[in-house]
Amino acid sequence: MRKLMVSAAALALSLAAAVGAETLNVGFIYVGPVGDHGWTYQHDRGRLALEKELGDRVETVYVENVAEGADSERAITRLARQGAGLVFTTSFGYMDPTIKVAKRFPKVRFEHATGYKRAGNVATYSARFYEGRYVIGQIAAKMSRSGVAGYIASFPVPEVVRGINSFMLGAQSVNPDFKVKVVWVSSWFDPGKEADATKVLMGQGADVISQHTDSTAPLQIAGEKGAFAFGQASDMLKFGPKTQLTAIINNWKPYYVRRARAVLDGSWKSTDTWGGMSTGMIHMAPYTNMPAEVAAMARAAEEKIRSGKLHPFTGPSHRQDGSLAVAAGERLDDGALLGMNWYVRGIDDKLPQ
Amino acid sequence: MSGLEAVLLTTVTAATPLLLAAVGELVVERSGVLNLGVEGMMIMGAVTGFAVGYATGSAAAGAAAAACAGVAMALPFAFLTQTLAANQMATGLALTLFGIGLSGLVGEPFTGLPGVKLAPVHVPVLGDLPLVGTVLFGQDLLVYSSVALTAAAAWTLGRTRMGLVIRAIGNDHHSADALGYDVRAVRYGCIAFGGACAGLAGGYLSLAYTPQWIENMTAGRGWIALALVVFATWRPGRVMAGAYLFGAVWIMGLYAQGVGVGVPPQLLAALPYLVTIAALLAISGNRVLMIVNTPACIGQTFVPDR
Repeated sequence: MRKLMVSAAALALSLAAAVGAETLNVGFIYVGPVGDHGWTYQHDRGRLALEKELGDRVETVYVENVAEGADSERAITRLARQGAGLVFTTSFGYMDPTIKVAKRFPKVRFEHATGYKRAGNVATYSARFYEGRYVIGQIAAKMSRSGVAGYIASFPVPEVVRGINSFMLGAQSVNPDFKVKVVWVSSWFDPGKEADATKVLMGQGADVISQHTDSTAPLQIAGEKGAFAFGQASDMLKFGPKTQLTAIINNWKPYYVRRARAVLDGSWKSTDTWGGMSTGMIHMAPYTNMPAEVAAMARAAEEKIRSGKLHPFTGPSHRQDGSLAVAAGERLDDGALLGMNWYVRGIDDKLPQ
Repeated sequence: MSGLEAVLLTTVTAATPLLLAAVGELVVERSGVLNLGVEGMMIMGAVTGFAVGYATGSAAAGAAAAACAGVAMALPFAFLTQTLAANQMATGLALTLFGIGLSGLVGEPFTGLPGVKLAPVHVPVLGDLPLVGTVLFGQDLLVYSSVALTAAAAWTLGRTRMGLVIRAIGNDHHSADALGYDVRAVRYGCIAFGGACAGLAGGYLSLAYTPQWIENMTAGRGWIALALVVFATWRPGRVMAGAYLFGAVWIMGLYAQGVGVGVPPQLLAALPYLVTIAALLAISGNRVLMIVNTPACIGQTFVPDR
């Protein structure tokens, strides 16, 4: 399957080369299938938008289901060798392979999502998903009857820990006694395990489910048992029309268009972009299955975050052990956010180290 | 839903695909054939079951199609290893790789579509009992099928003439052949049965466990089933115990995190495998049991000398 995609990619690129030298070939490496209706799906929508926006000036090609690690190095090399001028590698685990390949192809520009290693021809980009998680935390606290939310987590990396904390802070702003139960499934994508975790969390009293894994399984299972849930990375409403409250949607389209334009007009530089609601890199899906006043509250929080009036990590805020994490009136800076390896007070879990 | 009920229910769902696939493979191995293609047959069952369920709107039709897909995958294996006397391990591995690749290809249009779910059977009166009602009498058809198939396999292998023939062929195919039994025909039948079971196991994943099609959704469950057969020393009752043990440890790992036991989740994720391996070692340590139950001709190529 992967071979097939790559050969199709080769064909597309050689055709593109025949069309004219003006055309920029843009390659994408995906960690999941484009049809995951989550993380990869959103990246692919960005790719399609890029094609639409820039028309004949770009040709795009993608390779899906590329395992993180050695396999990805081969796939990235292949795209670079086949004439791609700009390559987006869209998962954290592609970080080192991207840097390695970039050294060998100094003329090709690389963009790595969610990583922190840059080079002259490697830029990084990510979105402030935690801003959305604050809003869904508030909604969860309003909508839960039991006062307990379940949180399906993937791996204990700062990205995920930050999300859990932000969710909790949002929930506590509504109900200071709110509880969050966390289950780590040690996978980004295992529908069976995510489904099991959902059932177990609901068995332990959670009636709102939030996830930091990519499949639609938790939403479906929660729906079957009459709980609420949130979509992940993409609008998953059709998988739970009566279940999804909202979803944090990753919108890569403006970024992809901007970066491809920059390569075309020669202004591309290695940069680090961390966009949030204010830049539109994330936005919320329509607020569904909730009373109007809860939706109004969520909209107000969303607006405040967008305008910069509200920062989820504003002090006073305490760590799980009671020590002060953020002093009153202060906001956590990006460095502390990026390296977050502690829980805020009130989370019913021990953070795996 | 109470906590205990959730644990028991999820244990059943986690154990069922393993049990279905393992019982099929057990019969195959008892006839002296080692089919390493369980994962490949399972994933084809999953995609076919989903596709047919989606197209017809009937999960039962999907399950039937899943079994057929398993058989369709098993027959080429039977042809290669029995008729053409190819190496069983190489052929089985090829079957797994082929199944994973092919399922990704044919499943592409179905990725991300909301599927149909196999409805639970409602048993009147008994099904309304607290706890036991939902756990024992509120499951879907495939859960009951897995238990029924286990019982049928145990009875057939241990108590019927057909079972005796299968075991005789698995233990000494040359003698069985000399006695006039058609070794290859019996093995064809067993391999097809194994394929149907693996297909059903896949169908359970895409029609009941998580009603959707996702590439590679079997996630190694076929290999666990293969290991279970050995762990159970080729006894159906033990296969069932093993499948439920694996499922229970798996679910307990998730449950323990929810109640906040300070065990690293990475360890909990590995625990079902560790427990199963430990059990495997404990039983393989008993040489008598192994010798009595191991099909003597397992994995050996058979060519009739006439």
